[in-house]
Amino acid sequence: MADTTATATPETTTTEDGIRRRDFLDIAAVSAAGIGGLAVVYPLVSQMAPSKDVLAASSTEVDISAIEPGQAIKAVFRKQPLFVKRLTPAEIEAANATATGSLRDPQSLADRTKEGHEDILVTMGVCTHLGCVPLGAAEGEVKGEFGGYFCPCHGSHYDTAGRIRKGPAPTNLEVPEYEFTSDTVIQVG
Amino acid sequence: MSFPWARQYEPKNGLTKFLDERLPLPRLVYNAVGAGYPVPRNLSYFWNFGVLAGFFLVVQIVTGVVLAMHYAANAQVAFATTEHIMRDVNWGWLMRYAHANGASFFFIVVYLHIFRGLFYSSYKAPREMIWLLGVVIFLLMMATAFMGYVLPWGQMSFWGAKVITGLFGAIPLVGEPIQVWLLGGFAPDNAALNRFFSLHFLLPFVIAGVVILHIWALHIPGSSNPTGVEVKSESDTVPFHPYYTAKDGFGLGIALLLYFAMVFFLPNALGHPDNYIEANPLSTPAHIVPEWYFWPFYAILRAFTVDFFFVPAKLMGVIAMFASILLWFFLPWLDKSPVRSGHYRPLFRKFFWFGLIPAMIVLFICGGAPAEEPYVMLSQIATAYYFLHFLVILPIISSVEKPEPLPYSITEAVLGSDKKVVKGENTSPAV
Amino acid sequence: MTKLLSVRLVAILVGLGFTVAVLWGFLVGAYNAATEEAAGHVPYEHPKELSWSFDGPFGKWDKAQLQRGLKVYDEVCSACHSLKFVAFRDLEQIGYSEAMVKAYAAAKTVPGIDPNTGEASTRPGLPTDYFPSPYPNNVAAAAANNNAIPPDLSLMTKARGDGTNYVASLLMGYQEPSAELLEEHPEAAPGPGLYHNPYFPNLNLAMAPPLTSTGQVTYDDGTEATVEQMSKDVAAFLTWTAEPTLVKRKQTGWPVLIFLLFATVLAYMSKKQIWSAVKPKK
Repeated sequence: MADTTATATPETTTTEDGIRRRDFLDIAAVSAAGIGGLAVVYPLVSQMAPSKDVLAASSTEVDISAIEPGQAIKAVFRKQPLFVKRLTPAEIEAANATATGSLRDPQSLADRTKEGHEDILVTMGVCTHLGCVPLGAAEGEVKGEFGGYFCPCHGSHYDTAGRIRKGPAPTNLEVPEYEFTSDTVIQVG
Repeated sequence: MSFPWARQYEPKNGLTKFLDERLPLPRLVYNAVGAGYPVPRNLSYFWNFGVLAGFFLVVQIVTGVVLAMHYAANAQVAFATTEHIMRDVNWGWLMRYAHANGASFFFIVVYLHIFRGLFYSSYKAPREMIWLLGVVIFLLMMATAFMGYVLPWGQMSFWGAKVITGLFGAIPLVGEPIQVWLLGGFAPDNAALNRFFSLHFLLPFVIAGVVILHIWALHIPGSSNPTGVEVKSESDTVPFHPYYTAKDGFGLGIALLLYFAMVFFLPNALGHPDNYIEANPLSTPAHIVPEWYFWPFYAILRAFTVDFFFVPAKLMGVIAMFASILLWFFLPWLDKSPVRSGHYRPLFRKFFWFGLIPAMIVLFICGGAPAEEPYVMLSQIATAYYFLHFLVILPIISSVEKPEPLPYSITEAVLGSDKKVVKGENTSPAV
Repeated sequence: MTKLLSVRLVAILVGLGFTVAVLWGFLVGAYNAATEEAAGHVPYEHPKELSWSFDGPFGKWDKAQLQRGLKVYDEVCSACHSLKFVAFRDLEQIGYSEAMVKAYAAAKTVPGIDPNTGEASTRPGLPTDYFPSPYPNNVAAAAANNNAIPPDLSLMTKARGDGTNYVASLLMGYQEPSAELLEEHPEAAPGPGLYHNPYFPNLNLAMAPPLTSTGQVTYDDGTEATVEQMSKDVAAFLTWTAEPTLVKRKQTGWPVLIFLLFATVLAYMSKKQIWSAVKPKK
């Protein structure tokens, strides 16, 4: 085997079989590089998801004993405002008087509160339109046309049960997962 | 510019034709690292390290950008956010270890790349500009690595920042104001940490820019090769793709194996334990040492122990340390031997293997050792040789040395004959 | 040509200058070394080579040991040393359930704010809290410990060379200095408030021996709490606190290296195949 090819024209010297073997090897090697490259993407994407400390800090306890009827407090849940409101009998009545079927996001007050605690309304203080904080939780703030919350950014009106009644918001104020750990303490998240 | 036999890019379909007429990026790639770039056919594995250096630059930029998403450059929390990355961020430990060891591997491959350049005199005409840009890249790398090491705000970070900025304090008259200006204070603190972070983020992109110039300059004369004989004809070259893409792919595989073995199984082997102690301005570590890749230069800095006439020892050390790298800028004009490759230069080869390499090893060891005997005296001898080698021996032997006979061409060196000159003796069938 | 020659001439002169300057220092150093007696170092011992479940490329945590180590930290070390980078929630990684972690955290007192007055106060811990520091700040820590601030232990085993072995060796290494040592290095005798320990670099440690007797800690799993056992357990625990991801790191490493080996072999074969067309054959 003294053949030495001096120029770079492998196509002319490889046999039919050789070409196939070469193609297979090249494709395998390039595919392996591609798989490796894709594998690298996973941690690079994953690192931007919430880190362990952020996920662990996603539960909050709120003491509701000091809330008078008609008052609300603002707490913080997942770095976002949380409204906890004790409804007056009149507000409960107003909420129940509304026909559920006519609403944009049909839910009754009972759907949005815990059994035995229908006067405690727990919602995120985040407008479902574009995320502003609605007014109405603090003393003296505008409560909107329906006596609940009003978002000043784009004029969404929520009723006493925190349901969307007028304006661009698509859904009711979100009720996060929570439970009563005692009669006066709720744990959110 | 290229050799006349370089393959021409031909757009094959509508999309590439469209692109070629408007933004000929595929053509640029084809001519730079594709089949359009003819490369000497006899490159050894020592020619792999340029591509590897580029690869590790990309690794550093990608992992660094990710780390910057989680790190906070504030002396109160810098150490804690580094631990936050290690403990809580998804795959944060992998990103940080990949970045820390990536710096080491970047330097390893760049040192091998420089070693290649020194032995094969890749700095000689017509490739001076490639070499000069390479030295600029190396200086930028050193600055970037130094500032990056400060960011975790451990003990070595803090004291490294203090000691290295203290070097500028050696400059007569203006030294101290310069040091205070560099730090934005009287000791490293928030001001220093923030500017180091800013520059540490910026400089890699400057490096990437100079790398592009480095490659541009390379494509003017084309790659050098182990014989040092310039390309004469088409039979001396092969297209970069697929020949050297395949060879670089294999080299990359080996480099990645070693790199990830370090990242996953010995991630702290190249670091210093003291940097896991939070910075404490009131307590200095027992031995302040820089990262391993600075050891040879740190040894040169410390080798000057007595005042030299009117120059204080401290200033002399600083001058020598900077001079030890800056003198590389003059290499193309110091070494005037007409022969490039060390393989054909008997005298140069002896000084290279039995002088420069042992001196570098001694400097490396002494730079990492405490400043005590015998390390100080050993580093003094090695430092003396270092300067003698580049500034005295190289200029002299390039005049007095009688080089060994060179092959006529690369083809002859590879095949034993070149049919263009030795007609009739070629045993290979005509292709 | 004369210009280039002058470049080389200047280089030779500069090179000789540096050489003379550095060798001058060498001569002065050599003279000093010959005429002065070098100050010897106090000899200290390197950590013992102990074996750990998490050693080696296939190492795993021994969770029972980590839990024992937590108990030693809790009952002994935590009196003086903080563990500020470890959160209670992290304890789920060493085999405790969510409820156990919650109860463990609630039993700890962490700094808080009185919700009614806003004044600094304390409250029971939550899983998201970090281990509380025994001292409110460094000044208090220094004042309570004869000016030697007890270091945070979160990263201790990474902050010392051969850290796990070092911590274990140090904890079981307290002893009286030998007569030979004191004869040879009188300066090594422990001063007031210092304790001799051959594994500590200057032999004199401000920390009083923390683990002194068998049964100092009562292990829940019935393991006999000898000083050696407690030292090893707490060293293992501190290895976990220093790098909770250590085992995951090693376990991730194997598939990566095996894949890379496979890909590299493929790359080599592909490279050989491609080059076979132009390589001279033997």
